[in-house]
Amino acid sequence: MAQMTMIQAITNALQTELKNDEDVLVFGEDVGQNGGVFRATEGLQEEFGEERVFDTPLAESGIIGMAVGMSTQGVRPVPEIQFFGFVFEAMDAVSGQAARFRYRSGGRWHAPITIRSPFGGGVHTPELHADSLEGLFAQQPGLKVVIPSGPYDAKGLLIQSIRDNDPVIFLEHMKLYRSFREEVPEEEYTLELGKAETKREGKDITLIAYGAMVHAALKAAEELEEENIQAEVIDLRTIAPIDVDTIIESVKKTSRAVVIQEAQRKAGIAASIVSEIQERAILHLEAPVLRVTAPDTVYPFSEAEEIWLPNHKDIVEKAKESINF
Amino acid sequence: MSFKNPLEKIEDKFEMIQILDENGKIVDEDNVPDLSDDDLVELMKRMVYTRVLDQRSIALNRQGRLGFYAPTAGQEASQLGSHYALEKDDFILPAYRDVPQLIWHGLPLYQAFLFSRGHFHGNQMPDDVNALSPQIIIGAQITQAAGVAVGMKKKGKENVAITYTGDGGASQGDFYEGINFAGAYQAPAIFVVQNNQFAISVPVDKQSAANTISQKAAAAGIPGFLVDGMDVLAVYQVTKEARERAINGDGPTLIETMTYRYGPHTMAGDDPTRYRTDDMDDDWEKKDPIVRFRKYLEEKDLWSEDQENAVVEKAKEEIKAAVKKADKYDKMKVTDLMENMYEELPANLQEQMEEYKEKESK
Repeated sequence: MAQMTMIQAITNALQTELKNDEDVLVFGEDVGQNGGVFRATEGLQEEFGEERVFDTPLAESGIIGMAVGMSTQGVRPVPEIQFFGFVFEAMDAVSGQAARFRYRSGGRWHAPITIRSPFGGGVHTPELHADSLEGLFAQQPGLKVVIPSGPYDAKGLLIQSIRDNDPVIFLEHMKLYRSFREEVPEEEYTLELGKAETKREGKDITLIAYGAMVHAALKAAEELEEENIQAEVIDLRTIAPIDVDTIIESVKKTSRAVVIQEAQRKAGIAASIVSEIQERAILHLEAPVLRVTAPDTVYPFSEAEEIWLPNHKDIVEKAKESINF
Repeated sequence: MSFKNPLEKIEDKFEMIQILDENGKIVDEDNVPDLSDDDLVELMKRMVYTRVLDQRSIALNRQGRLGFYAPTAGQEASQLGSHYALEKDDFILPAYRDVPQLIWHGLPLYQAFLFSRGHFHGNQMPDDVNALSPQIIIGAQITQAAGVAVGMKKKGKENVAITYTGDGGASQGDFYEGINFAGAYQAPAIFVVQNNQFAISVPVDKQSAANTISQKAAAAGIPGFLVDGMDVLAVYQVTKEARERAINGDGPTLIETMTYRYGPHTMAGDDPTRYRTDDMDDDWEKKDPIVRFRKYLEEKDLWSEDQENAVVEKAKEEIKAAVKKADKYDKMKVTDLMENMYEELPANLQEQMEEYKEKESK
């Protein structure tokens, strides 16, 4: 076992699959000799050659369109979108094409593509680098959307995503890249897509989060414990599909829930989870299911980031609102 | 310093290639394709058959027996001449008007009709047909063609990816990205732009300040050719040479075929009299690909009225049988659609599957 940051775990996962399967190809802007702007592909071109790890021209629609076409030739493309805000350039290629590839060919073709991309706020990037756009893709039938909350999950989920025969959007929160280390096995392992993890058990309230917000929720749970409130924390790991069973089971136990997302409030993952809970467990509830989200504005310029982004204090507040309802 | 000169020099290099003129006479002896008499006859058969298929498809659409249909008459030389230069294992990425190439690549006719009706089986290419179903988003197939070609190159296949779009498609960002990616990787791709003069109603001179679409290849650093798209020999020959280049590892080619669709954009209410004149239609019909090729073959004693009638009859019979087969095909269900979303059904679709199984059993 080694201590790894999330970026190291991601590099390790890519390396594992490049070794395991010669059809895996890793490509994108600056992923070759430069090793990616965050060094996610550091050393991979050197180890596996330019045929398998390579730079592309600077055009996101071209990158994903190329990945879709490549899929017909038995390769397993792992393209990178350098920052997820740039995915707007490739919306048709992702949602109009890759997501529909299996369906529109009646199963003759499929797109075993894993689109990796950094996203998420709090690291003072320029515009359209940090946006939480996962909801747009979670809504698109045909895609899976995976968001790890740390190094161990990142490796297991990324390997599983690459092996998946359908397109996966794999989102890497920039703030988690180097913020902490964790034990990550050197050998390969996978984590099933569509399965949440209960990070902390509790009987009084369920906090449901994904990505960086898992850590805010865990911190909130610690604070709540000081006031004798036992919070259960669920890390979704995959937001499409959502592990509804794990959520419902927990809510039936705690009777209260707060759903947390870094993304803006309207039409989001959190709203979708609130619906699932009220449809399936309303008679178990002691209080309305509440949300902690960013406000419904575009992502702010970096000076306003800190106040714009939801944090553990917002979660504590909402949890108490639920408890005191 | 002159700003204009470089452009003038570029445009001089994109003169239209023609081998067979409007009167069926060879005008470029040096470039006549090396095709046997049987091949020439086969090309003519395919063009006549496809013209009949177009006429019947329009009639069937008007009777309400077909759905979405984009007429093809006028474009036979562009579509079938380029296709005839391909091998079975080459990969086709068609646009919505390019159903004829799919049919000649092996898509059964009844499936082409199911595609028109909106049944997913129409999109389901048989295992030996290397093609995607017709692309609806203008230009999306162009970056995908680059990808197919890059994939072929990585797998060491001696085949090409060929994709089709129109003059409007050449304005899309994906057009530039696709030809540029293929060029950057020297991938075995052929990009055919069938310039039929109008993108629905917008004339080609409103699409761009460039006088030709073929010259756009220069910006991507790949060869571009402007071809008489009503001349099946010229389209065949240029595509054949582009294919050879690609197979030899010399990269992609852009081919612009100058052509015309006689009919409306699609059968869904487009009225070409709003944007075209009768004179324009007449001028282009004088260039008709079938008329000129018929003259050429008759001169060589390779074609007769009887032969043509036989093809027409055969086409009509096969179309009738295919419509019957399409009629009998099981109606598409929502559960079919669900089964084709993912390799394994996720939990949400499992639930919805149960719901729709019950609905569909009623």
